[in-house]
Amino acid sequence: MLLFLEQVLNGLQLGVMLFLLAAGLTLVFGIMGLINLAHGSLYMLGAFLCASALAASGSFVVGVLAALAGAALAGLVIEASIMRRLYARGHLDQVLATFGLILFFNEAVRIVWGPRPLFVDIPGALAGTVEILPGAPYPLYRLAIIVAGLAVAAALWWLVQRTRLGMLIRAGAADREMLGALGVDSRHLYAGVFTLGALLAGLAGALAGPLFAVQVGMGENILILTFVVIVIGGIGSIRGAFAGPARRPGRHAGPRLPADGAAHW
Amino acid sequence: MRQSLITLMLVLATALPLGAGAADPVRIGMITTLSGGGSSLGVDVRDGFMLAVEQGDGRLGGVPVEVLVEDDGRKVGRAVQIAQRMLQREDADIMTGIIWSNLALAVVPRVARNDTFYISPNAGPSQFAGKDCHARYFNVAWQNDNLHEAMGAYVSDQGHETAYLLAPNYPAGKDALAGFKRYYEGEVVGEVYTKLGQLDYAAELAALREAEPDSVYFFLPGGMGINFIKQYAQAGLKEQTPLFGPAFSFDEGILSATGDAALGVINSSQWAIDLDNAANRQFVEAFQAKHERRPSLYASQGYDAARLIASALAAVDGDVDDARAFRAALEAADFASVRGGFRFNHNHHPIQDIYVREVYRTDDGTLSNRTIGKAFEDHADAYAGECGLSPVGG
Repeated sequence: MLLFLEQVLNGLQLGVMLFLLAAGLTLVFGIMGLINLAHGSLYMLGAFLCASALAASGSFVVGVLAALAGAALAGLVIEASIMRRLYARGHLDQVLATFGLILFFNEAVRIVWGPRPLFVDIPGALAGTVEILPGAPYPLYRLAIIVAGLAVAAALWWLVQRTRLGMLIRAGAADREMLGALGVDSRHLYAGVFTLGALLAGLAGALAGPLFAVQVGMGENILILTFVVIVIGGIGSIRGAFAGPARRPGRHAGPRLPADGAAHW
Repeated sequence: MRQSLITLMLVLATALPLGAGAADPVRIGMITTLSGGGSSLGVDVRDGFMLAVEQGDGRLGGVPVEVLVEDDGRKVGRAVQIAQRMLQREDADIMTGIIWSNLALAVVPRVARNDTFYISPNAGPSQFAGKDCHARYFNVAWQNDNLHEAMGAYVSDQGHETAYLLAPNYPAGKDALAGFKRYYEGEVVGEVYTKLGQLDYAAELAALREAEPDSVYFFLPGGMGINFIKQYAQAGLKEQTPLFGPAFSFDEGILSATGDAALGVINSSQWAIDLDNAANRQFVEAFQAKHERRPSLYASQGYDAARLIASALAAVDGDVDDARAFRAALEAADFASVRGGFRFNHNHHPIQDIYVREVYRTDDGTLSNRTIGKAFEDHADAYAGECGLSPVGG
C-alpha cells in the first residue's frame, strides 16, 4: 500500500514535469500549427541557466528566475528570427529547421558550458523528506515539483479560460483563419504564445536540474515522451496535456501512436 | 585509367613501409568517453595516461609515441567508426581507452582481427577473460567481476543476511551482480537492472524500501551513481539500510558531486589514493600538481596502462611489429604499478589485491577515501579457466 502510494507520487511528479513541457508544445502546435522539435533545447537551456545562476548566487530562486528569463528571451528571439518564416511552410520544413536548432543549441551549450554534465544540489530548504503517512517518507523536493506543476496548471487554466488572451488562444486553436479575419494581429499572438511555451520549458528545465544531470542532449530524451503525451492528450488541448501523462500505460512501456498522428492539422 | 590506378596503389603500397622508418613514433589510438554522462571516467583515464607520456617527455619506455585521442560519447556506433579509422587510415600500432564494456565488446574483436594490440584501462567483460580471451588483448585494471566479488565477500563477513542489488542493464552490469553473488552468502531479496544512463531512481527506491533488505549493493558508474547516491539519501534510506558499492561510485571526482550523501559508505577498489608505495606517492603528487584535483581510480588505471605499454616498448626497443616479443613483454608486466603488487594471469587479466575503503571527511573538509582493509589477496578472476591461452615468455 505504501509502495503504491509512493509510486503514485513518483508518477505524478514525472507527469507534472511532462505537463510543463507538453503544455508549451501543445500551445505552439495547436495554435500556430508549428512542430517545434527545439522545445527540448529550451528545456536544456533553462536547466543550464538555472545551474549557472545557482552556482553564482547561491540561491535557487535566482536560478529559477534566470532560467525563466533566459528561456523566454531565447523563445522570443527564435520566434522573431526563425519561426516566423516557417508558419506558411509545410511541417517537413519546420521539422528540418527546428532539428537544425537542436544541433545548434547542443553545440552552443557544449561551447559555453563544456561537455561534462553539471550536478545541481537540491536547495537546502527543500532537502530531506516528509512523512506523507506514518512510515512513508517522501522527498520534499519531489513534492514541491508536484505542487509547482499543479500551480502552473491552475494558472494556465485561468489564463486560457478566464482572460481575453486566453479567449484569443482558444479561438486560434479552433479556427486560425477566422481569427485573422476578425482583425486580430496573429503575429503578436504567435510571438506571445511561443514565448509562453519557452517559459514553461525553461521552468521544467530548472526544476529538473537537481533531479537529473544537467547535460548536453538532455532535452531530446524527454521531448519524445512529451510528444507522446500531446498526441495521447489531443493536440492543441492543454487539458489533454495535463491528463495525457496520467493516461500513459506505464513509465517504461512503449508509446502507441495513433495511425493518423498529427495528420488532422 | 584503371591501369594507372592500380599502378598508383602499387607505388603507394611499396612506398609506405619505406616511409615508416625507425624514427617514426609508435601510434597509440585512444578511444574513450569525453562527453556526456560517462565523461568523468574517460577524462580521468586520458589524463592519467597522458601524465605518464608527459613524464617521459613524449616517450614511453624511451620510445617516442603519438597518442590519438577520440571521444566516443558512450555510443557503440561512434566507437566502432573511430576504431576503423584509427586502424585503417591512421595506422595505430596499439589501441586503448574504452570505458564501457558494451563498446569494448564491439570494438576489441575488430582490433584483434587487425593484428593490433589492445590494452584495456577499464572495461573488462567476462567474455574476454574466458572463452573469448585473445593473445593481443590485455586488461590492466581488472576483470569486471573483481571489485564486486570483493564486496560480496565483505558484506557477507559483516553479517548482513539479505541484500538488494542494482546495476545497469549492460554487459558490465550483469558481470557485476554475478561477481557479487559469487561470494555473497546471504539471501538476495531483489535484483534490479536499470537502463544504462538512467538518472531518476524514484521508482526503484520505492520498490527497494518495500523489500526491507539488510544491505543494498549497487553498481552504477559515472553520473548514474551520483544521482542514485543523492536520491538514496534524499529518500531517507541512508539511515535505515547501509549502502555498499564498488569504488566506481565513490571516487574522488564523484564524491565532490555527491557531497555528504556518500559519507561513510564502504567500497572496494584495487587502488586507493593512500596506498603507501613509491610509485603511488609519486603518481598522486604529480597528478594533483598538474590537474589541481585528486586522481581517481580511473586515472590510476590510465596511468598504469601507459606504464605497462612503456615497459613493453622498452623491452622490445619500440619494435611493436615483433608481436611475439611484444606480447611476452606485456605479459611480464615489468613495471611498478601504483596499486603495488600486480601480475598478469595467463588470460591477460590481473592477479591483484582488492582493498576495502571508507569515504571520510579530510582535514580540509572535502570527502575522500581511506583504506580500512583488504578483501582479497592475489585475487584472480573466475573465468581464467575457460581461456586457452598460455604465456609465450615462459
